[in-house]
Amino acid sequence: MGVSMLNLGAALPEIFMAVSALALLMLGVFAGKDKAFRTVSWLAVAAQIITVILVVTGEGGPAFFGQFTADAFAQFCKVMILIGSSVGIIMSMKFAERENMARFEFPILITLATVGMMAMVSASDMMSLYLGLELQSLALYVVAAIRRDTIRSTESGLKYFILGSIASGMLLYGMSMVYGFTGTTNFAVLADTLTGGDLPVGAMVGLAFMFAGLCFKISAVPFHMWTPDVYEGAPTPVTAFFAVAPKIAGLALFVRVAIGPFGSVVADWQQIIVLISILSMLVGSFAALRQENIKRLMAYSSIGHVGFALVGLAAGTEEGVTGVLVYLGIYLVMNLGTFAVILCMRRNDRMNEEITDLAGLAKTKPLMAAITAILMFSMAGIPPLAGFFGKFYVFKAAVDAGLVTLAVIGLVTSVVSAYYYLRIIKVMYFDEPVEGFDRNGTEMNVIMAVATIAILAFVFFPNPLMDSAAIAAASLFGQ
Amino acid sequence: MEIGLAHYLTVAAILFTLGIFGIFMNRKNVIIIMMSIELMLLAVNINFVAFSSFLGDLVGQVFTIFVLTVAAAEAAIGLAILVVYFRNRGTIAVEDINMMKG
Repeated sequence: MGVSMLNLGAALPEIFMAVSALALLMLGVFAGKDKAFRTVSWLAVAAQIITVILVVTGEGGPAFFGQFTADAFAQFCKVMILIGSSVGIIMSMKFAERENMARFEFPILITLATVGMMAMVSASDMMSLYLGLELQSLALYVVAAIRRDTIRSTESGLKYFILGSIASGMLLYGMSMVYGFTGTTNFAVLADTLTGGDLPVGAMVGLAFMFAGLCFKISAVPFHMWTPDVYEGAPTPVTAFFAVAPKIAGLALFVRVAIGPFGSVVADWQQIIVLISILSMLVGSFAALRQENIKRLMAYSSIGHVGFALVGLAAGTEEGVTGVLVYLGIYLVMNLGTFAVILCMRRNDRMNEEITDLAGLAKTKPLMAAITAILMFSMAGIPPLAGFFGKFYVFKAAVDAGLVTLAVIGLVTSVVSAYYYLRIIKVMYFDEPVEGFDRNGTEMNVIMAVATIAILAFVFFPNPLMDSAAIAAASLFGQ
Repeated sequence: MEIGLAHYLTVAAILFTLGIFGIFMNRKNVIIIMMSIELMLLAVNINFVAFSSFLGDLVGQVFTIFVLTVAAAEAAIGLAILVVYFRNRGTIAVEDINMMKG
């Protein structure tokens, strides 16, 4: 147990991010009240870009005496998380200045939450898992309530806090049971202990509690009730951030916990995942049908997407995990593009959040309407757009693993969910135009353009995403 | 009668259940919800310490220390959010936290 086992180099990206968050905090404090918002935001984005480079070039390997693993899976997920949070910060800047929430703590809190997410996806012990998860959650509770002068934002923060804490409690209770009945908290040791394929009953109870806690964090049904309220109440750029980074981190963590330590007892947890996946897809498609607020609609849409991603996990195979990772990559791009559109729904300097506000967008802003249409078609999973392939790979993995019913239910709910995506297109193209929106910010145009090009190009150049997802999934099964 | 592992686990399970029920049955005050959350985490700590002692393995106790620390931070953040909420809304009754529904 020498210093070499500490192996700090493997955790260099996290350490760099944490230190730069502290440095930015100092900068913000000494620069004076909220004047530093823009500087701190851009520096936070820069720190995240440097972290991406550190993650990609990092040597990897285990660190902190087996508490932490920087493998290809963690690398892949960290890059997605960092893209999500840096774009989230960029999208929030103008909004924050207009809406009186330009406090320099905001980008720093996002940075700290990102450090927590990175620690989560690299966790290889329940202790580091818990600490990463809490670092993420505690920062996110504050971020949800960042507009402290409005009831809606603080209410969403309060709801998120209460339900998130319950989730942490359940997760911890599950961990304590697993620890007690297997005698270890380390994932590698757990995997060895459970190789025989028989899980002690107490550990099975613990596993169920852990899964319940994780389902809260990724907002899978039946633990989704906080999602629509928090998504609606939180400021829109915060919602955009919530919809991508924590969700990707949570799903990656879910995959790691299920496949890593409990990979040899797939039969014991497969039914749980199948059930929550079916429920999430059903609620995600049917409850969204009657939503009028577009942020609430996106909340239900994200619940549905979590259900689709879990189809891949339910397969429990390497192919399935590859499917989940590809799905998450595509989900990230689609959601960032869609939220850029939502952030452009601004008329006479006020935000609009109703779907009917998009009426006649095809006449007032044809290009933005076309982009939104492409994003919605992709969300609905219409070929040849990227969203179709995301769904295709998870369903194929499920069929190959013998879960035909699950795949069929997935297809049916996917068709149902197409209704509300297509409704947005109908409103844009066939309804009478209302007054046009204000001019889009340049950064929003860039984000929309990049997202659209990525979605269109995926059919021609799927390899970068597919190959790195395959390598990431292989590293999870290799151990 | 000797007090064994099962007794500790039973106490912890009862406390945990009380915590969950405290959250979902309570219709009055958010502070009570916070107390219930704390109760859940403490139940988990009893579990960890009991298992740690029973297994002769220190990891459980280390975990407990971490849980205690994080619980303190969590309570601080929760109360801070509650204070800003109270400033806006003027009440912290659970049934009044209903601006958004559906």
